[in-house]
Amino acid sequence: MSKYLLNKFLYTVDRDPELVERYRADPAGTVAWWEREMANTVLNCTAGERSTWLAFTETERQALREHDHVTLFSLGAHPFLTLTLFIAMFERDHGPLEYQLAYAQAMNHITLPYPDIAT
Amino acid sequence: MATVAAVIASTHHPFYYRASTSTGADRPPFADEWVAKIEAFRQTLTRAEPDVLVMVGSDHFHQLWLDNMPQFLVGKAPVFDANWYNEEREFGLPRMRLAGEEDLAAYLLREGLDAGFDLAFSNELRIDHSVTCPIITLRPQADLPVVPVYTNIFAPPMPRPERFVQLGRAIRGMVESWPADKRVAIIGTGHLSLELGGPRQFGPHGPDAEFDRKAVAWIANGDVDGCLAEVTLDSLHAPGNATHGFMDFMLMMGAAGDGVKADYVDTLDLFHTMEAYFTWYPEGTADPS
Repeated sequence: MSKYLLNKFLYTVDRDPELVERYRADPAGTVAWWEREMANTVLNCTAGERSTWLAFTETERQALREHDHVTLFSLGAHPFLTLTLFIAMFERDHGPLEYQLAYAQAMNHITLPYPDIAT
Repeated sequence: MATVAAVIASTHHPFYYRASTSTGADRPPFADEWVAKIEAFRQTLTRAEPDVLVMVGSDHFHQLWLDNMPQFLVGKAPVFDANWYNEEREFGLPRMRLAGEEDLAAYLLREGLDAGFDLAFSNELRIDHSVTCPIITLRPQADLPVVPVYTNIFAPPMPRPERFVQLGRAIRGMVESWPADKRVAIIGTGHLSLELGGPRQFGPHGPDAEFDRKAVAWIANGDVDGCLAEVTLDSLHAPGNATHGFMDFMLMMGAAGDGVKADYVDTLDLFHTMEAYFTWYPEGTADPS
């Protein structure tokens, strides 16, 4: 399990307007590209100083490909990162607060304690 | 020596800016009451006539990230640019620019390190809505130099609540011993009960009204012991999954002083989360006029 890498995906996509649109329009392609090109980028370093060990599990890859915020939550991805990015992608298709409430409704079966988000 | 002109603790609600500036059909029904409460709250800072603002907040995964995460960080720079693309996008927040007070930042770092707080620092910090929301509500002209102090309430493992209280006490003491003839307001923002990205988010009220009621009483009464007796890193999961932001209120209780009642208390029950506003006047100049 690679909560850190899930968070890194959500974080790097959310902060980049072009990547937000690309992930909305082509989730499978964006996840594959990101894992190949970006997953091992050390964010504060030059391009040559890459990590060598970061990869998604298939479950994580699938949750990202399917825009499945409920599974991302269950995997321990940081809920703030998921929420912020998903609002950016999907709020526009809904009325005021409609998307946020549907997002919560889809998680209604989840009870405390929530999955551990420590990385 | 510097004077602590006011200690102010508040929620930081990123939707306030949009709610307060919207008009016509876009203006939410609660906007007028909210603006009236904020303008009254703003007077509590104006009345203190501050020269400098120490601003306690928490970066929301903007500049600080999991590959290099400080627990407590002081911004020491001549200028702080503020607000980020995703805050413009989601909240409509404007880009801002604040002057820094480098001498006080350097003093807090030196004295803090010597007092046992291993404070991180940043010489190029772009600050986010945890600091700009209280600027917008309390000092919208954004004309005073600031020292941002960031805390980690977001990415476990986090310091325990006791540590936040201790740092608040230390900041109060360090500001009081800063050798400058300045009036300093110590302002910090956090949350009451709050859920983000979970099943209890965006409800008609905050996710845990009972926690909010107790929290407001702890803060208003300066009941540090009562608060610490109930609040732990584990307990804060129950009121809502983002309620660890309450630890910034606990830091401010430390800054205000054990057992010291707030001179000004107000709340506003909104959808999603309750707003709460507190001001202390350490000089005893709680003139309500």
